[in-house]
Amino acid sequence: MSTRAQLQWQWIGGTPPAWRAAVEADQWTSVARTMHGDGARLLALWGGERRSDAARIEVLAAYLDQEGLRVTELDVPRDVATIPSIAEVYPAALRMERALHDLLGVRAANGDARPWLRHASWPAGYLPLRRDQPEPPRAPGITDNYAFVMVSGDGVHEIPVGPVHASIIEPGHFRFSVAGEKVLRLEQRLGYAHKGVERLFQHRPLDQGHRLAARICGDSTVAYSWAYCRALEGMSGCEVTARCAWLRALALELERIANHLGDLGALGNDAGFAFGLAQFSRVKEDLLRTLYDAFGQRYLMDYVVPGGVARDLAPASISALTTRLVATEHEVRAMRAIYDDHPGVHDRFHDAGTVLPQLAARLGLTGLAGRASDQAFDLRVDHPWAPWSTFPAKLATRSSGDVLARVAVRFDEVLESIRICRAWLRLLPEGAVQRDLGTPLAGALAFGLVEGWRGPVFIALEAGAEGRTHRCHVHDPSWQNWPALEHAIMDNIVPDFPLINKSFNLAYSGHDL
Amino acid sequence: MLKTLRKIAAIGIVTEARVAPDESLRVHDELQERILDVLGRALCIRHIDAGSCNGCELEVHALGNPYYNIEGAGIRFVASPRHADMLLVTGPVSVSMEDALRRTYEATPDPKLVVAVGDCGCTGGIFGESYASRGRVANVIPVNVAVPGCPPSPVRILSGILTALAR
Ligand code: SF4
Repeated sequence: MSTRAQLQWQWIGGTPPAWRAAVEADQWTSVARTMHGDGARLLALWGGERRSDAARIEVLAAYLDQEGLRVTELDVPRDVATIPSIAEVYPAALRMERALHDLLGVRAANGDARPWLRHASWPAGYLPLRRDQPEPPRAPGITDNYAFVMVSGDGVHEIPVGPVHASIIEPGHFRFSVAGEKVLRLEQRLGYAHKGVERLFQHRPLDQGHRLAARICGDSTVAYSWAYCRALEGMSGCEVTARCAWLRALALELERIANHLGDLGALGNDAGFAFGLAQFSRVKEDLLRTLYDAFGQRYLMDYVVPGGVARDLAPASISALTTRLVATEHEVRAMRAIYDDHPGVHDRFHDAGTVLPQLAARLGLTGLAGRASDQAFDLRVDHPWAPWSTFPAKLATRSSGDVLARVAVRFDEVLESIRICRAWLRLLPEGAVQRDLGTPLAGALAFGLVEGWRGPVFIALEAGAEGRTHRCHVHDPSWQNWPALEHAIMDNIVPDFPLINKSFNLAYSGHDL
Repeated sequence: MLKTLRKIAAIGIVTEARVAPDESLRVHDELQERILDVLGRALCIRHIDAGSCNGCELEVHALGNPYYNIEGAGIRFVASPRHADMLLVTGPVSVSMEDALRRTYEATPDPKLVVAVGDCGCTGGIFGESYASRGRVANVIPVNVAVPGCPPSPVRILSGILTALAR
């Protein structure tokens, strides 16, 4: 019996196509189970106040399969304290459910009552996404006592790391339980970079949200601002011009290339091969300088704007970019041969931080890290729009699920992105790059889903009256992948953690919001 | 190995001429004379992400690439505040990082310099002050030099670092 077929699915449209359906509390978990049985992956779980009735909260779960996006909605009266959990079906839901409680006060019955995004520094009892709550008085910025799970046994001890890390990375806390050099358990504590992004959205007009979206996760600024604009344009009936669509896709692929180049260098460095960092950081810098000449920016912050892109690409820039991509490809191929030939590098990459395909499927590992564990999903391939629909990207996968696989997927993807960018630069349609946005439909719910370099970046946008934002939920693929890192490090040695962590390179700010 | 050596020979040294300090970035300059006497030519920097979007981090990272070659200039990023002469702070200060930032500042031996990086570090940027954000870095610890930009280019960041050092 399929509970899924019994739901009243309402068509929303978009690419991938989306549907929504109301679900009763007693069906919430069984619908999740059916979705899971049908092969759908959990994309995100979040909540918000009902627009028509602030006394009610709605909790939403978005599932993604080969057909498209299915969004289920659970209506929760404010005085209902607990809703059913789907974490048993989709383990990645656990932290999302904990965040739901931090932000809105709705608890899912998952057995873990610890806060996730909220730290002690955040005023107790304050629920940021409830509109009736005034800004709280300044709370003392204190560090709390988080109840980490303790591992006991002969010779077991703990190593706490962070939130301030030893190198130039974002803040987070890792608690290792080790015996000798071997890691028995890792527990993460995130939320340090929480900046109140979703509440800020609620105080911004819809047509200004893209600037905030662009600053949620700086390394994925194109993916976020594009996801936001897709949702906004969807609810405004705005279809961007062909040239604009191609330029946005080009910007996204260039973002992917730049990040992969940076990671490939850093991974060489973490494997004790500083030469790799020197070379890749040089090649990346060359690319960023070409981007600066072509787009006026090294990182394409605010390039994607509602209805279009901030500036067109001049003919001279098209040829400069092409030349740069040809040179980059040449360098990447040479470096790949050097990495492949280097026994020390290979030895460190091989069999480190392994997530086997079966575990990856159970945890819902997604994006780049998922593809390295044989989770063959990529929005650009599964639900393509122009220019990927006319000039498709090839999927890159590996099945060994170790650092070596995540490095190999990056190499494949850089080369593939260069290949498609070069073709797009040749075939770029003529025309305007900006269209009138139109008027967002009050009360509309629309989605933006973009395959960023880490994986699918998702934005759910709900319009208020007169161009106001009722709710904007933001979801980074790192929500799915952080828990997998806890598994990946088990039985590895502590000194390999930086390398394994880097091979995932997950977002903190994009996750903490 | 041969491929590696060939690459090294082919690329050569690409490090560029050093940028100049920029007095317009200076916020206040107490103590600087003394610090410079103590430091001589080497500088150890501790980076702290106090809640940034990670955009500024990318450009701080770039300082290490062969073009800017910050290590060649005697500037090093260190793993502990106890080894640091300067704190390079990115982001608005998230409320959950306030304590960690303050403690890192206190753990840094005197005399010390602080450079705030990015629009967020300078003013709180788009995040401002809220239940979750304290806004600019100077709201939490004293700042010597603030480098605007979103994110500022590596050249601007380096210029900010050198401004803090300039007599
Ligand atoms: S200044 Fe810009 S790039 Fe830097 S942390 Fe703030 S939003 Fe991100």
